[in-house]
Amino acid sequence: MSTSTLSRPRPETLRKPGSRSRSNVSGWAFATPFLVFFLVFLVWPILYGFYMSLTGKSLTGANDSLIGFANYAEALADGDMWRSLGNTLYFTVISTVPLVLVALVMAALLNVGLPAQWLWRLSYFAPYLLASTVVSLFFTWMYNPQLGLINEFLTGIGLPRVAWLNDPNVAMWAIVIATLWWTVGFNFLLYLAAMQNIPAQHYEAASLDGAGAWRQFFSITLPQLTPTTVMIVLLQILASLKIFDQVYQMTAGGPGGSTRPVVQYIFETGFTGYRLGYSAAISYIFFGLIVVISVMQFVITRRRSA
Amino acid sequence: MATPTLTRPAPSTTTANNPKFRQPRKKLTVGRIAAIVVAAFIAVLWLIPFAWATATAFKTETDAAAPDVTWLPPSGFTSEAFVKVFQDGNIPLWTWNSLYTSAAITAITLVISALVAYALSRIDFRGKKVLMTVIIASIIIPPPVLIIPLFYQMLALNLIDTSWAIILPQVIHPAMVFVLKKFFDQIPRELEEAAVMDGASRLRIFTQIILPLSRPILAAVAIFVFIGAWNNFLWPFIATNDGNLLTLPVGLQTIKSAYGIQYAQNMASALLAALPLIVVFLFFQRQIIKGVATTGLAGT
Repeated sequence: MSTSTLSRPRPETLRKPGSRSRSNVSGWAFATPFLVFFLVFLVWPILYGFYMSLTGKSLTGANDSLIGFANYAEALADGDMWRSLGNTLYFTVISTVPLVLVALVMAALLNVGLPAQWLWRLSYFAPYLLASTVVSLFFTWMYNPQLGLINEFLTGIGLPRVAWLNDPNVAMWAIVIATLWWTVGFNFLLYLAAMQNIPAQHYEAASLDGAGAWRQFFSITLPQLTPTTVMIVLLQILASLKIFDQVYQMTAGGPGGSTRPVVQYIFETGFTGYRLGYSAAISYIFFGLIVVISVMQFVITRRRSA
Repeated sequence: MATPTLTRPAPSTTTANNPKFRQPRKKLTVGRIAAIVVAAFIAVLWLIPFAWATATAFKTETDAAAPDVTWLPPSGFTSEAFVKVFQDGNIPLWTWNSLYTSAAITAITLVISALVAYALSRIDFRGKKVLMTVIIASIIIPPPVLIIPLFYQMLALNLIDTSWAIILPQVIHPAMVFVLKKFFDQIPRELEEAAVMDGASRLRIFTQIILPLSRPILAAVAIFVFIGAWNNFLWPFIATNDGNLLTLPVGLQTIKSAYGIQYAQNMASALLAALPLIVVFLFFQRQIIKGVATTGLAGT
């Protein structure tokens, strides 16, 4: 765990002599407001959720008794659960690559020193400020098979119409495109900030050696950005795994369940199927996946920095 | 696990007014012209959804649904759709709901996070390491995992269909606690020593010395939390069914079925929902960009 943070030589703490017990009191006093919320709205639900997953609890109140790991056994044999988990992983893989690459390209272009920086930043970043529902309304309209702007453009250049959100082979890609437009600006900002922190001397030295812009990008910028890239990829994977909003709003998981992510399956078993216990069990399977991926990432980044 | 971020120096030099910001007046070489062309191409692509939504919103419903897809409608532009949406009254109500819930979430988050961050940064108390470890570990918990037990808990507390159900579970941001703690760690202790000699209480030191020095980071955290709360969909969607309490993102989800194929009104509603944050961004671009870049790597 976070030993790197904890074992850092602790800065000397301000303290009047002989006031150890007063420090204990004031320390916990300052922590209390946060702790109350933390315990009630985070720790308790995460523990209670696990308890729920061991019961047959439902919104209709049918069966509150403990049933052991029966829900987990059922979930592991549930084809729909695996399919939704597969959709989430598929989305994560095919969305992370463009979300990182396009952000890098955007930042690199601006870092050349273009005029009117604010204009570029505004246009690339503005979509990030939108609610998911706004994005979904925009794209559902543009993806409209008959009246949509995108198919109009495609037929205009002689290509066939695409049933963007109604074709099981295309729908997930349509969601990736909308997501790319929506959130790439965030990664772009992180890249831009990191690029601007690369000391100018690196480039000056390379210029004196006669290295061109391309050469400088690949031999200075990219290597200097490696830690940032690692962090952006990790954060993006964790963000993509939580996919729900856009899918629910644009395809409702369809067509035929081909885009339904695991968070939507949790939502549906709990609130449409009223099976809270079963839904909590699937939540925990999903949580387990996130923990495994996080630990893998932690080990990888630790090894890198060691 | 987002911990490695915490030991990494936060990128704090993002703004255009930063002296380190490299923007030399270089010659217009072929490479730079190519960069401008590509950047402009992406910018145009990125603006098209806004432009198309705007064009649609200013059409009559008939023109918007006409099989001839055009930017310029045959019967000209009209603000009909906006008038209808306003008469309907939902968008102003939802905007207000989003505003006060997001403001409350931001205020509570700032207060409780700054207090605990100060304790973690400055006070030597028993159990501090454990507390810190637990808070760091909790960064890993994805909010969707909590929806089922939280809903059940809200039901038990009788808070479902109140604003509290929307607000309370959104005020815990463990990553922001660490962003704040890291900032407090960098404030020189000498500034407080004089106050300690004078016998000032911790609370006074905190409010009169630490907080005023921390305005940039408090603003950054506030921006980050506010945008997140303003746009949050999943939890407010679950926490309320009451039409009078819907936030903008959740309310917008209901118009699709209500308006059916009223494309102009759909786009007018979407644009009105998008407007507040875009306007705020135009005014505070520098602070928002800096805020996102500072807090962003700490994980969401």
